[in-house]
Amino acid sequence: MNPTLAGILFIGSLVLALALVYRPFGGYMYRVYTGTGHLAPEKFIYRLIGVKADSEQRWGTYVRSILAFSLVSVLLLYGLQRLQDKLLFNLGFDPVVDHVAWNTAISFVTNTNWQAYSGESTMGYLVQMAGLAVQNFVSAAVGMSVAIALVRGFARSKTDLLGNFWVDLVRGTVRILLPIAFVGALVLVAGGLIQNFNGIQTVATLAGGEQSITGGPVASQEVIKELGTNGGGFYNANSAHPFENTTSWTNWFEIFLILVIPFTLTRTFGLMVKDKRQGYAILAVMATLAIASVTLVNLAEISHNGTVPQAVGAATEGKEVRFGVSNSATFGAATTLTSTGAVNSFHDSYTALGGGMLMFNMMLGEVAPGGVGAGLYGMLILAVIAVFVAGLMVGRTPEYLGKRIGAREIKFAALYFLVTPALVLIGTAAAMASPEQRASMLNTGPHGFSEVLYAFTSAANNNGSAFAGITVNTPWYDTALGLAMVFGRFLPIIFVLALAGSLAAQQPVPVSAGTLPTYRPQFVGLVVGVTVILVALTYLPALALGPLAEGIR
Amino acid sequence: MRMNSWIRQHLAALRALLVLTVLLGVAYPAAVWAVARVPGLNHKAEGSLISVDGKTVGSEIIGQSFTDAEGNPLKQYFQSRPSAAGAGYDPLSTAASNLGPEDVLDTLPIPGAKDDEGNPDEGKQSLLTQVCARSKAIGELEGVDGGRPYCTQDGVGAVLKVFPDRAVSVNQACPATPFVAAYQGRPVECGKPGEDYASGRTVPIRGNIKAVVPPDAVTASGSGLDPHITPAYAELQAPRVATARGMDVGKVRELIAEHTVTRTLGFMGEPAVNVLELNLALDRAKAGS
Repeated sequence: MNPTLAGILFIGSLVLALALVYRPFGGYMYRVYTGTGHLAPEKFIYRLIGVKADSEQRWGTYVRSILAFSLVSVLLLYGLQRLQDKLLFNLGFDPVVDHVAWNTAISFVTNTNWQAYSGESTMGYLVQMAGLAVQNFVSAAVGMSVAIALVRGFARSKTDLLGNFWVDLVRGTVRILLPIAFVGALVLVAGGLIQNFNGIQTVATLAGGEQSITGGPVASQEVIKELGTNGGGFYNANSAHPFENTTSWTNWFEIFLILVIPFTLTRTFGLMVKDKRQGYAILAVMATLAIASVTLVNLAEISHNGTVPQAVGAATEGKEVRFGVSNSATFGAATTLTSTGAVNSFHDSYTALGGGMLMFNMMLGEVAPGGVGAGLYGMLILAVIAVFVAGLMVGRTPEYLGKRIGAREIKFAALYFLVTPALVLIGTAAAMASPEQRASMLNTGPHGFSEVLYAFTSAANNNGSAFAGITVNTPWYDTALGLAMVFGRFLPIIFVLALAGSLAAQQPVPVSAGTLPTYRPQFVGLVVGVTVILVALTYLPALALGPLAEGIR
Repeated sequence: MRMNSWIRQHLAALRALLVLTVLLGVAYPAAVWAVARVPGLNHKAEGSLISVDGKTVGSEIIGQSFTDAEGNPLKQYFQSRPSAAGAGYDPLSTAASNLGPEDVLDTLPIPGAKDDEGNPDEGKQSLLTQVCARSKAIGELEGVDGGRPYCTQDGVGAVLKVFPDRAVSVNQACPATPFVAAYQGRPVECGKPGEDYASGRTVPIRGNIKAVVPPDAVTASGSGLDPHITPAYAELQAPRVATARGMDVGKVRELIAEHTVTRTLGFMGEPAVNVLELNLALDRAKAGS
């Protein structure tokens, strides 16, 4: 079979698999978040935590619970890293340096998983398992909670209650993430991923040299790293490492895990607002953008423009033989369209336009389909902006799902949208203005600029992948990118929940002849257009200095 | 009162985190570990280690270097891809090169100059020159033409810095003869180490050579531990390995075919040859004959 056809079938089979699980899994998540009963282990957990599971929270309390949970998470994770030398299974590693430990703690709590360290030589097994991997679960569950709370804002009326954060957190973790992770981890072990506590074994190689074979509880961490769209690799090489991604089918399975929750949550959304068509419309927007992006990244990599790829004859630098160019490009697109940031090939060595497209994926705000939860709430914000734009065109007060998008609502949506571009562009400008920070670039010229732009785009959008040539384990970058991650995660969450609070309080507007139907292809086109145009207007000047300058002659 | 509720909230958060840490950070990975002990999974969970005569020689899924202490290829073994992991195939520092598609300008070493630690200045090779140099070396090893587009005969990137009155082949250190004598009427000079050519326009020259050495042979993988090479690169190496071992090349090709993984279900991934397994099979074949 020719490689292009194989690549198309690879993408097609992913689409098919996602379509098959869409309805049952979306319905399952709907029942998880709307059911009134508690499972026995959940009741036990609520008792240990000391929360009343049946009382609901106003938006302000919901936000404060998230912030409190995230704060103690950052502190615990920072502490674990700093005290690593006193912990079990530390492999003899020293405590993690303070600025790296802070950056890493922020990075995992915000679902970014930007890594300013090299896993195999920095983090012991206990920090990886009980620190980093725990955040892989709970930061994902936090994202889903926020999305569900926003949907409740649309679905409910004349109430100030949005649900209980602790219940949403525990249910998302115990009923959704954990069971899939457990089964998925064993599937990955069957594919060749490791799950052991063997430490580092030195072996004599065939050629008479020595090689240090690493160990670790990798499979259990790899599965949640993809499923929770986290992306922080056990090893520096991330999902390119054979112990993290052994075969072409584990590669397929990992991409499936990345995409399954973000896409399927649109079904849960449709069920919660009692209009499945609304869910399909949001799904259609996500799918349109995703398919276009996957296609463009594949085209760029397969046509391998650029001096070095032309000299080589294929864009194979930084890519593994077992995956090949096309499947690597598909993984790269999936990881940047979501907030994952795991990589099975190294984006810095992608062709200029292929790498630029990966950056553009993140700049879309990671909404197609985006991170777990974060993708859905990001896309709903864009839908709100789209109905607002449409409302301006026809001169009517915009409505979405029966809720009026008034001045207060559109302000929250606009603030949400402006946070990340501000962080990305100001951060990049600050770095480029200083000779010391410019020195961190590995490549020179436009590609070096792309490394910096990519870093801030990735941090502010909570992605975590990198043009990894850049040296970022310096105090300046650790701090600056850490701040970008914090603000890029929590400011939008605050605006989303504030919006949810204000929507929930409204009385629904009855549908009239003048209501814009938000489930027709016309609306899908409108949201796609608004998204692409807004993002293009925001970032085009920056992109022109980096990937476009490099890729267009 | 406000302070109290603030503290209460954070204590609840801390308790929640600790409970979830025990569940997700200890019980869950331990449970996966325990189930992965079952026969069939255990070997893989332990790292797919391979032993020869009772001694572990590596992992089926982690690539190795097949070079001597100086880094020269051992002719009796199939060679792996170039690796950016440490000194090559070092699982303690897995990495890609991270060099970009337009990384074409070398920093030439300045003869006699020393770096901060007193070692001689080695300059810095661009990705293009690395590709060209590997291609040339492989060509010599396998007895084929190692030339590639955008590469000079002497195995560096064919790149000019063009000025109004002259052009410089910046990757060819003087006294090398530039790969072209003239560019659009301008004379072409060799590159002087230490000279700043930044103001010139960068023009890579393609030439009209068609590459024989396959792409994976001249590029580093993402992990630096790629256990595979393409069937094309294995085929290129087969005659040399057969000669070095005094084996029939047909037998070597049979072993390549045996150790080639095809696409899963016919469409996932690309065909790949596991180098360590192939080399072990060669050793066994020799021992058996």
